[in-house]
Amino acid sequence: MQRIGVFVCWCGSNIAATVDVQAVADALAKEPGVVFATNYQYMCSQTGQDMIQEKIKELGLTGVVICSCSPRMHEATFRRTCEKAGLNPYMVEIANIREQVSWVHKDKAVGTEKAIILGRAAIAKVQLNTPLIAGESPVTKRALVIGGGIAGIQTALDIADAGFPVDIVETKPTIGGKMAQLDKTFPTLDCAACILTPKMVDAGQNDNIRILSYSEVEEVKGFVGNFEVKIRRKARYVKEDLCTGCGLCMEKCPQKKVPNEFNMGLDNRTAIYIPFAQAVPKVATIDANYCLMLKNGKCGLCSRNCTAGAIDYKQQDEFIEEKYGAIVVATGFNPISLDKFDEFAYSKSPDVVSSLEFERLMNAAGPTGGTLLRPSDRTHPHTIVFVQCVGSRCDASAEKGKEYCSKICCMYTAKHAMLTREKYPDTEVYVFYIDVRTPGKSFDEFYRRAVEQYNVHYIKGMVGKVVPEGGKLKVQASDLLDNRQIHIDADMVVLAAAIEPDKSARPLATKLTASMDTNDFFTEAHPKLRPVESPTAGVFLSGTCQGPKDIPETVAQAGAAASKVIGLLVKDKLIGNPCVAKPNELMCNGCSSCEKVCPYGAITYEDKPFRGPNRTTLIRRVACVNPAVCQGCGACTVACPSGAMDLQGFSNRQIMAEVDAICK
Amino acid sequence: MKFSYYPGCTLSAKAKDLDEYGRKAAEALGITLEELPEWQCCGAVYPNATDEIATRLSSVRALSNAKKAGMPLVTLCSACHHVIKRVNHDMLNNVDIREKVNTYLGTMEGAEPYEGDWQVIHYLEMLRDCVGFDELKAKVVNPLKGKKIGAYYGCLLLRPGKEMQMDDPENPTILEDFIRAIGAEPVYYGMRNECCGGYITVEDKAQAKKRVNAITDNARNSGAEMLITACPLCHYNLQKNADEPIQTVYFTELLAEALGVK
Repeated sequence: MQRIGVFVCWCGSNIAATVDVQAVADALAKEPGVVFATNYQYMCSQTGQDMIQEKIKELGLTGVVICSCSPRMHEATFRRTCEKAGLNPYMVEIANIREQVSWVHKDKAVGTEKAIILGRAAIAKVQLNTPLIAGESPVTKRALVIGGGIAGIQTALDIADAGFPVDIVETKPTIGGKMAQLDKTFPTLDCAACILTPKMVDAGQNDNIRILSYSEVEEVKGFVGNFEVKIRRKARYVKEDLCTGCGLCMEKCPQKKVPNEFNMGLDNRTAIYIPFAQAVPKVATIDANYCLMLKNGKCGLCSRNCTAGAIDYKQQDEFIEEKYGAIVVATGFNPISLDKFDEFAYSKSPDVVSSLEFERLMNAAGPTGGTLLRPSDRTHPHTIVFVQCVGSRCDASAEKGKEYCSKICCMYTAKHAMLTREKYPDTEVYVFYIDVRTPGKSFDEFYRRAVEQYNVHYIKGMVGKVVPEGGKLKVQASDLLDNRQIHIDADMVVLAAAIEPDKSARPLATKLTASMDTNDFFTEAHPKLRPVESPTAGVFLSGTCQGPKDIPETVAQAGAAASKVIGLLVKDKLIGNPCVAKPNELMCNGCSSCEKVCPYGAITYEDKPFRGPNRTTLIRRVACVNPAVCQGCGACTVACPSGAMDLQGFSNRQIMAEVDAICK
Repeated sequence: MKFSYYPGCTLSAKAKDLDEYGRKAAEALGITLEELPEWQCCGAVYPNATDEIATRLSSVRALSNAKKAGMPLVTLCSACHHVIKRVNHDMLNNVDIREKVNTYLGTMEGAEPYEGDWQVIHYLEMLRDCVGFDELKAKVVNPLKGKKIGAYYGCLLLRPGKEMQMDDPENPTILEDFIRAIGAEPVYYGMRNECCGGYITVEDKAQAKKRVNAITDNARNSGAEMLITACPLCHYNLQKNADEPIQTVYFTELLAEALGVK
């Protein structure tokens, strides 16, 4: 019989307001095996923890039940507490009477009753708990960063600086991401390329960093410290080690009508291309969708002109497999498609552009060489209307747009407005907004400068309709402060489109078994206390894949993710989770059902000798679990037809005891 | 193809063209439009007030009778379609309204409870989804070649998009596709899905005039020679309240012309 101590926490008034904690302690004290039960205001405080340790020693407790918050919150805390007092940490059970009771029930009598029942279930389980010893596993001292934008670059640089090798996997031909497309950056207005490209070069030249551009993560196996990742290196039809990036092929390529994605399709590029001058790696890539040679086998001009002999039309996708200790997700964002927002005539007029397109129109390396010209007739626009919150902060019941605030639009719109007025003082600039949200260091001052010094017309209200007519864009909008309808004949309209996670994020999350929210942003392990870790051990988050953020925040998060990775990689061994599957070999008939359902490939089979009748020996095929690979998901325990498979710490008997205690 | 048909009262008075050509064209396309017996005025938009129950009965009766006849209900007037489609949506999704309406119906002899489980489509949807614009194109004997036509949707036909479910309310294509099917050339203009102000023309004529002029000017400046519509209210307003009216006809008239039955 166990000697069990029960500790009921008030969590201040969080639990105590809707649960009679004294009554819970009194009721649980009468349960079989319970030798002590008490309640205390904050069980997780030092005093609370000291009390638990004292009682373990004083009463010789062999099991502990804590009635408190969710085990996700403090199970690890209380396990450590008990371990320090000499108790095996797996002899501790948590009854969640906060999230599952006090926070969801209003009636104190109901809450108290449910808390007692959950406590009873935990006690019934502890009765059957056995001490478990966690195994150890080694750590592969190499990190993988998925995504080569500013988030991925910064994370990789920081990990590499600590002395660990890093691979950056980037789906595009070059690293750089969205920041490479930007002109100036708020609030200091320094040129994006000037601050980004040195970092790109650093990443390219760092001995600890390997850039796998034009590549994608194909498959992820393993677990924290020991991931095995298969990476697809897409055929770029150019030998990376031979290409010098001279650009002669681009001059010779006859297929010059390929929409240039780097310039948001505002101009064209050739079929063989280097996305932009500062690309890293500076290696050409052939776009197979447009290359005449690859499509019809007729051309070969780039191959004939390449002095380095780097062109290889026969190149195939290649796969490489690599082991990593940690994985950082930095897949970034994209502006949403504006197809569903045709009240702004985006698909009808080339002069209605998205903010990222406007960014390219302002950029010296952009399609207009940095002179702001209307895409339709390449004339200088004299009246520009900016519309904020296009697809952001939409009603949940609306068929289009996102519910969240995209966070960066207020600032970049202020930047666009200010830069336009700075370069072209003869241009009238209007900004329509729902709210102007500019918290952040030097942000509000920046916005006010746009209004006060640059005389940008900020109007609270939304644009209802944009009608292209006679070379103008007739903008109909409401001014909510003045309570009137306004009509503006504009030359250009710029839409601040909401941002959303990159489309590759969802399938990647599945491969990583990392969780996402309804908007496809990666979920952090704790929204406040573990913001750069995914709930999946060994997977870390960097940049906008986790939520909308600007460059300073992205870089800060990238550094934080790197420090978490370094903290993991410096360890020589990781303590595993002992709650893994274990087969009862005497009951196992080697049917392979468990092997088929195991998502981690942790189960293999062995032929083992068993004692048969009359002193004979039988060789039987039985299941074996690799405890380092098993994640304790329990799928095999359900699949096993003979009931031979059990999860340590969550055995069938323990679960049934809990159910019985609840149903008593 | 057989459908129950709800003409509505404007089509029996002011907008006879819309109705007459619609029926002729349907016949030419091999479609039987069976007029509902004893249909009543839909109440034109006012039934959509959230606290109105009695005024919804006429639409419910029309839907219920179409269900009894076993044929999808086809409407032609934008306003009638707007009302009947939205009442149908309420009957399916709003428990409160459904129960109250059925309590009313329960007091009437021979009326059966209705749960919002029948289909009502607009004539244009019938052309697009049941006939098919390609099929229609094949049946055109008199293609309206070279005619530059602006589609005028107005406000009732498309919005609210979630309930009407006909087309994208901000970027509709159904009328343009129709224009292409009858051999003419659609002209895009931005004001095509804006309200013409028809509903306030009695109350505030100046405002209605302003709206209409904005629409006709935009259409003309974009190159439209004529406008087509499915709404009697818009038809009236565009003709009577514009400073320089642009020729506006019902889409069924052009359909009949293209099919050689005008």
